[in-house]
Amino acid sequence: MEVGQMQRQWVDYTKSLFLEGFLDSQFLQLQQLQDENNPDFVVEVVSLFFEDSERLLNDLTNSLDQQGIDYKKADAYVHQLKGSSSSIGAQRVKNCCIAFRNFCEQQNIDGCIRCLEQVKQEYCLVKNKLETLFGLERQIVAAGGSIPTMELSF
Amino acid sequence: MELCNCIDPQWPAEELLMRYQYISDFFIALAYFSIPLELIYFVKKSAVFPYKWVLVQFGAFIVLCGATHLISLWTFTTHTRTVAMVMTTAKVFTAVVSCATALMLVHIIPDLLSVKTRELFLKNKAAELDREMGRIRTQEETGRHVRMLTHEIRSTLDRHTILKTTLIELGRTLDLEECALWMPTRTGLELQLSYTLRQQNPVGYTVPIHLPVINQVFSSNRAVKVSPNSPVARLRPHAGKFLSGEVVAVRVPLLHLSNFQIYDWPEVSTRNYALMVLMLPSDSARQWHAHELELVEVVADQVAVALSHAAILEESMRARDLLMEQNVALDLARREAETAICARNDFLAVMNHEMRTPMHAIIALSSLLQETELTAEQRLMVETILKSSNLLSTLINDVLDLSRLEDGNLQLDASIFNLHDVFREVISLIKPVLSVKKLPLSVHLSPDLPVYAIGDEKRLMQTILNVVGNAVKFSKEGSICITAVVAKPESFRDDRVPEFLPVPSDDHFYLRVQVKDSGSGINPQDIPNLFTKFAQSQPLATRNAGGSGLGLAICKRFVNLMGGQIWIESEGIGKGCTATFIVKLGIPDRKNESKPPFVPKLPGNNGLTDFAGLKVLVMDDNGVSRTVTKGLLVHLGCDIATASSSEECLRIVSHEHKVVFMDVCTSMDGYEVAMRINEKFKKRQDRPLIVALTGNTNKLVKENCMRVGMDGLILKPVSVDKMRGVLLELLEHRVLFETV
Repeated sequence: MEVGQMQRQWVDYTKSLFLEGFLDSQFLQLQQLQDENNPDFVVEVVSLFFEDSERLLNDLTNSLDQQGIDYKKADAYVHQLKGSSSSIGAQRVKNCCIAFRNFCEQQNIDGCIRCLEQVKQEYCLVKNKLETLFGLERQIVAAGGSIPTMELSF
Repeated sequence: MELCNCIDPQWPAEELLMRYQYISDFFIALAYFSIPLELIYFVKKSAVFPYKWVLVQFGAFIVLCGATHLISLWTFTTHTRTVAMVMTTAKVFTAVVSCATALMLVHIIPDLLSVKTRELFLKNKAAELDREMGRIRTQEETGRHVRMLTHEIRSTLDRHTILKTTLIELGRTLDLEECALWMPTRTGLELQLSYTLRQQNPVGYTVPIHLPVINQVFSSNRAVKVSPNSPVARLRPHAGKFLSGEVVAVRVPLLHLSNFQIYDWPEVSTRNYALMVLMLPSDSARQWHAHELELVEVVADQVAVALSHAAILEESMRARDLLMEQNVALDLARREAETAICARNDFLAVMNHEMRTPMHAIIALSSLLQETELTAEQRLMVETILKSSNLLSTLINDVLDLSRLEDGNLQLDASIFNLHDVFREVISLIKPVLSVKKLPLSVHLSPDLPVYAIGDEKRLMQTILNVVGNAVKFSKEGSICITAVVAKPESFRDDRVPEFLPVPSDDHFYLRVQVKDSGSGINPQDIPNLFTKFAQSQPLATRNAGGSGLGLAICKRFVNLMGGQIWIESEGIGKGCTATFIVKLGIPDRKNESKPPFVPKLPGNNGLTDFAGLKVLVMDDNGVSRTVTKGLLVHLGCDIATASSSEECLRIVSHEHKVVFMDVCTSMDGYEVAMRINEKFKKRQDRPLIVALTGNTNKLVKENCMRVGMDGLILKPVSVDKMRGVLLELLEHRVLFETV
């Protein structure tokens, strides 16, 4: 596939991510921070996000599995996850976290479990999407092209 | 003749006569001897006999008489002289004693007689006292009956029980044949038989209330005897065999009436009486005694009191039930209101976020676009988009503000801004619409209008824009004229708001802005509603013009907050409209005027240079968030150190760091660290500026930050431009608190 086509594919894919609400403007901010001095900024931050989130999701699963659930601790984990996801612009994950926090406040165990499942799902989806995106970027760079800057037409 | 001292009796001894005399004398003697014995015996038995010596005398007299008669027994035949001598002696003594006794009796018999009279007198007195005793006893009995009756009546607070008990107890106490209670009916014109003693459920007899007998009873508070033939007394189906017993009637005052089982009376304020009729048994000859009548009267009074107590209790129970109901309803209403408020706050919180997000996207992307290569025309367009979006963002904030305005939470900013620039921006924003509608605009800024002023620039611009926008919106043709002057006290007098008399001073001046248009005008009747939320005039004609009807309401509140007034005048439909407002603005100091005011948004350039080497410390325990903030600051050219915990932050921080960005979302540590940093650096110049980064749009967070001595607060998400502006402002003014 030639570079131009790949670049178009990348643009379409990115647009779709925005349109479907997986990512929001914060992600664009991250892309803006990437420059010659900091060429892999976005990938680094996103990888950090993946590590963090997986750890947090594990901790959350464990804490909700116990007999006497410590809602405060669960809330703290969700808060962390919300912070991380909003920092990189993972919009849907962040929204799930907001709902999750409400259930934690109400100490609603069923709601919490449902939300946890949802968060995990959203996280997996966004992880897949971002990994695909980075895959495309690597291909473009490997083929000698450059990542296009986002055009705005939505 | 023998010489004997015998004496011959005078008469010849006739045998038979002699014998009878002999026997009689014997018996006389016997009787005479036994009488004293009896006397002695009985006197000994009785304790009271005052005349003992009389008795002795009498006894002696009798004994002597007896002795005489005894001795005379011997004188019937021949007897010796001794006997005669004894006889004589005895007779002499007897004579002496009897004369003495006779004399004495003269004294004694009156005494004895008077004793008898006294005895009679005392007997009468005793009888009288007995009667008196009887009366007292009956009175005491009556009193006891009354007490008992009262006790019975007052032991219940149920009016039916009271009345029933009254009749029963009266019947028992006075031994009545029948006792009945007539109550007034609802109309008040009749008395209806409501309770009787003997009949369980009285048939509804009624008598008209204005019978003379009834009037007689009602007019006095005593028990009145009535004739057994009167209508109120005809209670029994059969009459007695002889005379019907006496009947007495008494009035019972009814003090308050409320629910009565049979009837349903409203409260009657005039004196209302019931009639109690008491009948003695028909075949007895009993009469009504005074004490019985008294008893009846007292009981009637007690019944009245008991009834009023019962009525009061009923009323207070009702009031209490009502209060409880109201309490429950109020509680429910309060809970509903609380729920509504919670729901509203939740809604606001969500909408807050949801509305800001797209706005941030637009603003961020527009600002990014600004940084790319654009033609001059494109740049102009992008700038307008950016300005409009900023304004829109402010408007969105203010829609949410309006609800907070209602709560009184909103506070205006006070910073220096360029007044002339505000007008210029408004004009430039409105110019496109003006040119489309082909409306000429003339602007007059008075020459004495200061260039710089202290106030809330954003909201002033919003107000001016709103007013001008309305003028443009509602004008299809004609022209728009904007005038801005410094308001002088003299000019206030002819304004339409006479009660507003502001006084300018050295620190403040009053800005008066008037926008005149020659458009469709407003019906004078609609003018009062203009500033009401959501009230739209001219529904048909201007529906397509849009607007939520909030604009003027918000303007009014802002103007009021700025210590001013806003009003609109129009001469009618089609005659145009003039909107005027006056606001109070601060006059900046001399020395501040020379410095150019801070413009938070620089025109697009990749300004890496401004912050070269600026040492900044970022504290955030969320790794991703920390990395992003670091990336942002690195992009701007700062020299970043990071800390992931409060201990690390305190360890690393030094006087070389100019700014410390602290995430305060997660815990209260942020405030602690701020305080510790404050303590660590004694002199303010050495201390780095502490700025809180938070996603929480909460007044409480802002207050806490100010309280612990932080120098700033900015809201996440932060765009590159925003961060740039923030850093500039911080380095310039050393304080930046974003409006939450």
